[in-house]
Amino acid sequence: MDTREQAEVTKIESDDISSVEIKVLLFARARELTGVPDLTLKMPSGSTTKKCMDELVIKFPRLEEVRGCVVLALNEEYTTDSAIVQHRDELAIIPPISGG
Amino acid sequence: MSSDEKNLIEILEEGHKVDIVKYIDYVSAPQAGAIATFSGTTRDMFEGKAVLELRYEAYVPMATRCLGSICTTARSTWDIHKIAVAHRLGPVPVGETSVFIAVSSVHRADGLDACKFMIDELKASVPIWKKEVYTNGEIWKENSEFMEKRLELAEKRDSLGKKHVVEEHKKSCCGNKVRVQEDEEHKDVAGKNNSSS
Repeated sequence: MDTREQAEVTKIESDDISSVEIKVLLFARARELTGVPDLTLKMPSGSTTKKCMDELVIKFPRLEEVRGCVVLALNEEYTTDSAIVQHRDELAIIPPISGG
Repeated sequence: MSSDEKNLIEILEEGHKVDIVKYIDYVSAPQAGAIATFSGTTRDMFEGKAVLELRYEAYVPMATRCLGSICTTARSTWDIHKIAVAHRLGPVPVGETSVFIAVSSVHRADGLDACKFMIDELKASVPIWKKEVYTNGEIWKENSEFMEKRLELAEKRDSLGKKHVVEEHKKSCCGNKVRVQEDEEHKDVAGKNNSSS
């Protein structure tokens, strides 16, 4: 984190109420569509994972291609659309998997 | 010894091949009369197209956590001694092993069943992806096992439920169409994913 980001994070922590910052991880096709493996997303406090996804699609319209088939994970566990994100949570955009 | 100490879970960095002897040695024990193993290897063909290699990536911390959870569930369902699971990242050429599972047990039925369960669950829920590379293109693959389980994964569920898991497993064993992203739907004999196991 650079100084400006650090200052912003500090400000959010001291404000405590209005917004949260989460880390978003993008994998496989989702990463290809956005061009980035991860990013920081600032959302209003109390936002759901669904709202975060909505915001990502606004920022990266190409994500619409996988919107219907991704699942989300919050802090390394599969999550629901209605889960509330907290400050510094890690949200992963998980396209259909194909391990093994 | 806690159960964690009896599970070896490794996501191997690009370029690192699977050393199956290492994992078989790990699960070996005087009291274990059986060692069941599964090795998934890159096949050379998919729907008549020549596959050059598979390329894997993973959400490593979550994949490790998921594999640990699958081990825990396996232990609650079958009487097994040790488990080793390894999955490669990066390119895996035709003929090479991408995933390896070894399970030791006193009696073979537990080990064999647990081993099958583990690969089925890995394909259904562990955040690892593969891209199939042909001479004239590449596509991301989708495991049919995952597509069936997607809705469940998106809802919180009890991963330690013994009987519940066994029933789910039976449901997901029915032959299904394999989904291939950006390709038209096709049918596969056993409903498994294509260019690997």
